[in-house]
Amino acid sequence: MITDLRWRIAIIVILLGACLWAIYPPGEKIRLGLDLKGGVHLVLQVNTDDAVRLDTDTAMERLREDLERAGVTVSGADRVSPTEFQVKGIQPAQDQLFRETAAPLEATFSRGPGAGGTYTFTMRPNEAVRLRADSVTQARQTIDRRVNELGVTEPIVAEYGSSSDQLIVQLPGVKDPQHAKRIIQSTAMLELKLVEKGPMPTKEALLQDSAGAVPSGQEVVTGVETLQGQQPEAVFYLVRKVPVVTGKELRNAKPSTDENNQPAVAFTLNNEGARRFGKATGENIGRQLAIILDGQVRSAPRIDSRITDSGIIHGTFTPQEVQDLSLVLRAGALPASLTYLEERIVGPTLGADSIRSGLMASVMGLTLVALFMLIYYRLSGINALVALTCNLILLLGAMAYLGATMTLPGVAGFILTMGMGVDSNVLVFERIKEELAAQRGVKASIDAGFKRVFLTLVDTHATAVISAAFLFQFGTGPIRGFATTLVFGLAANLFTSTFISRTLFEAVLRGRHATTLSI
Amino acid sequence: MQIFKNPNFDFVGYRWHAIALSAVIIVAGLITVALRGFPLGVEFSGGTIVIVQFDQVPGVDRIRSAVGPVVAGGGSDLVVQRYGQEAQRQVMIRVPQVGAEQGADLGRVADRVVQALTEAKLGTFRVEGTEIVGPMVGKDLTRKGLWATGLSLLGVLTYIAIRFRLSFAVGAVVATIHDLLVMMSFLVFFGYDLTLNVIAAVLTIAGYSVNDTVVVFDRVRENLRGMRKDDLSTVINVAVNQTLARTIITAGTTLLSVVALFLFGGEVLRGFAFTMIVGIVSGTYSTVYIAAAVVTFWRRKPPARAPAAAAAPVGGGKPAQTARQRARKTPRTS
Repeated sequence: MITDLRWRIAIIVILLGACLWAIYPPGEKIRLGLDLKGGVHLVLQVNTDDAVRLDTDTAMERLREDLERAGVTVSGADRVSPTEFQVKGIQPAQDQLFRETAAPLEATFSRGPGAGGTYTFTMRPNEAVRLRADSVTQARQTIDRRVNELGVTEPIVAEYGSSSDQLIVQLPGVKDPQHAKRIIQSTAMLELKLVEKGPMPTKEALLQDSAGAVPSGQEVVTGVETLQGQQPEAVFYLVRKVPVVTGKELRNAKPSTDENNQPAVAFTLNNEGARRFGKATGENIGRQLAIILDGQVRSAPRIDSRITDSGIIHGTFTPQEVQDLSLVLRAGALPASLTYLEERIVGPTLGADSIRSGLMASVMGLTLVALFMLIYYRLSGINALVALTCNLILLLGAMAYLGATMTLPGVAGFILTMGMGVDSNVLVFERIKEELAAQRGVKASIDAGFKRVFLTLVDTHATAVISAAFLFQFGTGPIRGFATTLVFGLAANLFTSTFISRTLFEAVLRGRHATTLSI
Repeated sequence: MQIFKNPNFDFVGYRWHAIALSAVIIVAGLITVALRGFPLGVEFSGGTIVIVQFDQVPGVDRIRSAVGPVVAGGGSDLVVQRYGQEAQRQVMIRVPQVGAEQGADLGRVADRVVQALTEAKLGTFRVEGTEIVGPMVGKDLTRKGLWATGLSLLGVLTYIAIRFRLSFAVGAVVATIHDLLVMMSFLVFFGYDLTLNVIAAVLTIAGYSVNDTVVVFDRVRENLRGMRKDDLSTVINVAVNQTLARTIITAGTTLLSVVALFLFGGEVLRGFAFTMIVGIVSGTYSTVYIAAAVVTFWRRKPPARAPAAAAAPVGGGKPAQTARQRARKTPRTS
């Protein structure tokens, strides 16, 4: 304990000043959680299987192309699970050549023994783990860009939970939650692929020439065709599997109109994309190019001339859809689809109601406590109230410094802190009373009171900190808020109820020979 | 001002009555849970809550019959109730989770409810809030909550065992578990849902209960040094009496703020405040009757190590008198 009273008072004043400065103005500095402020709270699961599956497919396609180039004939290649694919029908004579061709793949895939000309390739576990982790990170960054484009202030997009594939998205003050949800969830996977055949009204008609089987390196995609005055009908296209360009090569996308003055999205490509686009369009003039969004053909315009760095996506869009589509294309595609696990929308009025009644009740409660302390402990009650006020200021200051968010469970932490604050003061005061009753002098009684109770306070606060630490470590969002508030409250409380309260007593009694104490 | 002049109630002597009372409450609570199940909030059970503010609230029955047909199960498990104060004209509609609807379907129930309300022409309304929770979240939350609570109790047990004695640690933790069970019982008696806010209150009380116990045990530890000749029940009784004023003031002031919260804190905080009220009463009571009782039982089984233990009156005897003498003496001797 620092003996010089002036030093102690200086420390207290500086600390309180710093905290007040951190809090002011409270409207800006104390961040309110969604339950108090209103907004959208979402928990999403990133379906990381999608990313793994895509990578397996890509590897399989690449191997097939390599084999074709090397002259190895196979009867088929199929993906059997998200992380596995099989290549069938390799002739014994070509076995050695097959192994050589497939060798580069073995950095990321392990090759099975290959009985009867069938090889199974399994993605290495560490590769799968990396892919999953990457897809979660990418999804987080993409969603972050999207909500920023939406113009939400102080959004939170973070990885969440222990299963490491969940994301939490908090959008304070969002007016149209459904719109925000759509924007976040749309995969926005844009692919431009050359059309081999189509559109046809049925899949069978499309595959007539190839005897019902999909030719290698090609795939069937669906689209919708709306003819004048008719119901929209599903149509089928046969397209090349490898896209000319994808959404990754976009530089920008913005709302525009097509030649018929209908809403459309205009896009420009980056250098790499423009080079490939220019080459493909130059070589395929007269053919159709399918613009595929999330696996659906939106339109399949005829290539009239070589195009390099820009294009237009038109289909049957409303102006709002065009706005949204440009936004998600700009922000990039999601590496995997998303599933909503939890959704909480708090209207701004509901949040404000909670604040208003919560604040009113707290003020009323604290006033009652203050009145009681003043009546019961008389002048010493003022000391307790000053200590409590300091406690509140220190706690709010710490929260403001850390940028912690105030939620309803956080308010619970406040109440427990205030309760323990009163308890600490009561403990000390009751002890001082006991010492006074034992006919000790005023100063000696105060001294003994604080000294004896100090250990008790350390024990009570330490146990509370221990439980708060575990709650923080294992708890989820709101419970963490509670734990954070509690830990800072406890630290502030120990400081105010021993250091500040005692300094106050000594400052008041300094230089006086007090024989009685108003307690 | 003083609440008591040298109080010397025989708390430890009444421990059997108290234990019986606690047992009755907890058993009744467990039976209720077994019969009716624990009413879980959507955070835990999964499901959809829509809070709607009407310009003019139609009857709850009309809302129910409008919404019932569009939700799974024909609305048999549908909850429709007034929410908040009368003047706010809010209604809460809660649809439980059915099957594994999830993902893209997650928001549909809420949409269907709103659509049904619009089509039923129940007057103008605004959706004030929705809450939709998939089934996996609830499981995760429950698992984590249990781990957090269990481990924090273990942490507290270790700390008190090191700072005090093992018997004290076990007493404190048993008392805390007792409080958790009592709170659970009262929640089911009065039909409050277990929501995240209620969990916050439960955690608060766990902290409060341990705090209360540590204060008394601290005094017991201090008294043990000066009262070597008395048996443990007496020492505990004296400590409880010495800290009685503090216990009542602390519990009383905390109760004041929480009752204010219960009465004026609004609907969102009501479950929280209710749990706090029960918990504070239980936490204070459990220190004296449960934590202290566990310590006395613990110490009775092995032969007492204190050499003068046989000389002191054991258990019931006349502890009140001893307590009075000691209560007067201790401030000076310690």
